[in-house]
Amino acid sequence: MTKTIDAVQDQFETFQILSEDGEVVNESAMPNLSDEDLQELMRRMVYTRIWDQRAISLNRQGRLGFYAPLAGQEASMLGTHYALDKEDWILPGYRDIPQMVFHGFPLTQAFLWSRGHFQGGQIPEGVNVLMPQIIIGAQIIQAAGVGFGLKKQGKNNVCITYTGDGGASQGDFYEGLNFAGAYRANTIFVVQNNRFAISVPVEKQSAAKTIAQKAVAAGIEGIQVDGMDVLAVYAATQQARERAVSGEGPTLIETLTYRYGPHTMAGDDPTRYRTKDLDNEWEKKDPLVRFRKFLEKKNLWSEEQENKVVEEAKEDIKAAIKKADGAPKQKVTDLIGFMFENLPFNLREQLEEYTAKESK
Amino acid sequence: MAQMTMIQAITDAMRNELKNNEQVLVFGEDVGQNGGVFRATEGLQKEFGEDRVFDTPLAESGIGGLAIGLGLTGFRPVMEIQFFGFVFEVFDSVAAQMGRMRYRSGGVYTSPVTIRSPFGGGVKTPELHADSLEGLMYQTPGIKVVIPSTPYDAKGLLISAIRDNDPVVYLEHMKLYRSFRGEVPEEEYTIELGKADVKREGKDVSIITYGAMVHASLKAAEELEKEGISAEVIDLRTISPLDIETIMGSVEKTGRAIVVQEAQKQAGIGAFVVAEINDRAILHLEAPVLRVTAPDTVFPYASAEDVWIPDHRDIVDKAKKVYNF
Repeated sequence: MTKTIDAVQDQFETFQILSEDGEVVNESAMPNLSDEDLQELMRRMVYTRIWDQRAISLNRQGRLGFYAPLAGQEASMLGTHYALDKEDWILPGYRDIPQMVFHGFPLTQAFLWSRGHFQGGQIPEGVNVLMPQIIIGAQIIQAAGVGFGLKKQGKNNVCITYTGDGGASQGDFYEGLNFAGAYRANTIFVVQNNRFAISVPVEKQSAAKTIAQKAVAAGIEGIQVDGMDVLAVYAATQQARERAVSGEGPTLIETLTYRYGPHTMAGDDPTRYRTKDLDNEWEKKDPLVRFRKFLEKKNLWSEEQENKVVEEAKEDIKAAIKKADGAPKQKVTDLIGFMFENLPFNLREQLEEYTAKESK
Repeated sequence: MAQMTMIQAITDAMRNELKNNEQVLVFGEDVGQNGGVFRATEGLQKEFGEDRVFDTPLAESGIGGLAIGLGLTGFRPVMEIQFFGFVFEVFDSVAAQMGRMRYRSGGVYTSPVTIRSPFGGGVKTPELHADSLEGLMYQTPGIKVVIPSTPYDAKGLLISAIRDNDPVVYLEHMKLYRSFRGEVPEEEYTIELGKADVKREGKDVSIITYGAMVHASLKAAEELEKEGISAEVIDLRTISPLDIETIMGSVEKTGRAIVVQEAQKQAGIGAFVVAEINDRAILHLEAPVLRVTAPDTVFPYASAEDVWIPDHRDIVDKAKKVYNF
């Protein structure tokens, strides 16, 4: 029995292209990316790291609402996203705001979503993303549906969805993988395994050695990737996308990563459940450090370029927050209008009541 | 006009909409080849193909997620939950996702999903098949709830539900599926959601009800007639939103009302109707508004259904009580 399980688990070796020193260790797997693409990937990771730092600081000043820090996960987030087409769909979890923003969701709206303003949910037309999901795993079954819809329409597009290692324990995770497999839907499931579901370590989530191997039971492709290696993450997603649009069905991608910060800014203290040694071990794998080393060897990145991105990010965030500050004060009368296409009697009456109350 | 059972009218409505709009998809457990465990989708896969009418894996939550995702890509999903007692398995998709999609996106996205599901006691099912759970749905913002009581209403309401751009839970009382036939036009027609129907006019007492209890109430009204009491029977048809105008019009006329539901008493539709009457028509009342309901236990063991589910005698007793108040 154990033999069978080991035989399955042993197939899921971690896919890696860049070592921690930024050396190419898997030349044949190198994705076909231009120098500009490589620089753009770095630019996005640096930009996102700065944004995360600023968001934490804004949250502490009381200028931002709900925020889930993401530093450490930049390669997992932005490497998967970089493999997508503009028309592809993203069904994110609440930490996956960078993928949304690089898909066209304005930063100002990301801040408004964080603050709990309705304009933060109003995804602009042509930006195929859903609002960040709060219920762990609920987006996974929906992603099976979106991927199935895209397939039915004969589109060369995919739906990608994100969850964490904790999300892979939900029933909806298994149902989503199974449905997408049964319909050979154009769906890519990404599990960013950052080792802790709030405080519970991944070893306590499951007896399985990898999350990727859970694809086997659903009859779909599965791969475990070094989630701190942006090139490996990109290459795995790009291949998954190719398979999906050519009718070969969905893929489960597990990225091994780490969040340096707390679960959210609402009082989580990681020192209660993580050791400093473990933090240090993972910080050595840092996706930005590793990719910077790789680019510097190719003369594709300099301190000057880095500083330019840092300044650009700071300026953008400043402007976006300023714009978010100008959002209208929310009224109950606005919210009532979002309940139904045609308001039923109770909401019509309440609209009248609140119109009077709010015009005082 | 054709004579149809309620289940035939339901099939006819889906056939109509599958023909009418190629974005309409019908799916659920056993709905394809098998035509559904009650045959509600009989022949539809053969007529419209597996792309439009198809089986799903056996997982209700997955079905709900599938419907949301298909809705986002432009389809109009008509999903079946094989028995409404299984709604607990898919409650997140219905209440936390579909019902909130329009709101969470500030009006950008919708879930134009119709959830069809059999429910209702009297057919001796195993547990969690027959429960009246419409009250849970009624308390859920963003969801409409429709419960037809006749073949004619079933067709017109289901066509409206499928065309509605918001999620609609459409509940089909199992006891009514084949218990009688009624006239149903073969051509398409719609019945506006949120409109009640006066199934019998009367002047002394209003009986406000829905689903299978409409028929128990009509039977009760006949008995009351023999005793000289003229009862008006209002079939709500849509329980969310309620047709307040029709309810109040009737209560203002009769000055006496009872509300009849098959569900347990606690926090039900009846309680809400009583509260609305209290808010809007208390000065027209000659007596307190009473409720006929099941007791607040778990839905009964199959062999105890007959003693648990309210019947026409309970309705007659309560109607007389308010009449003689």
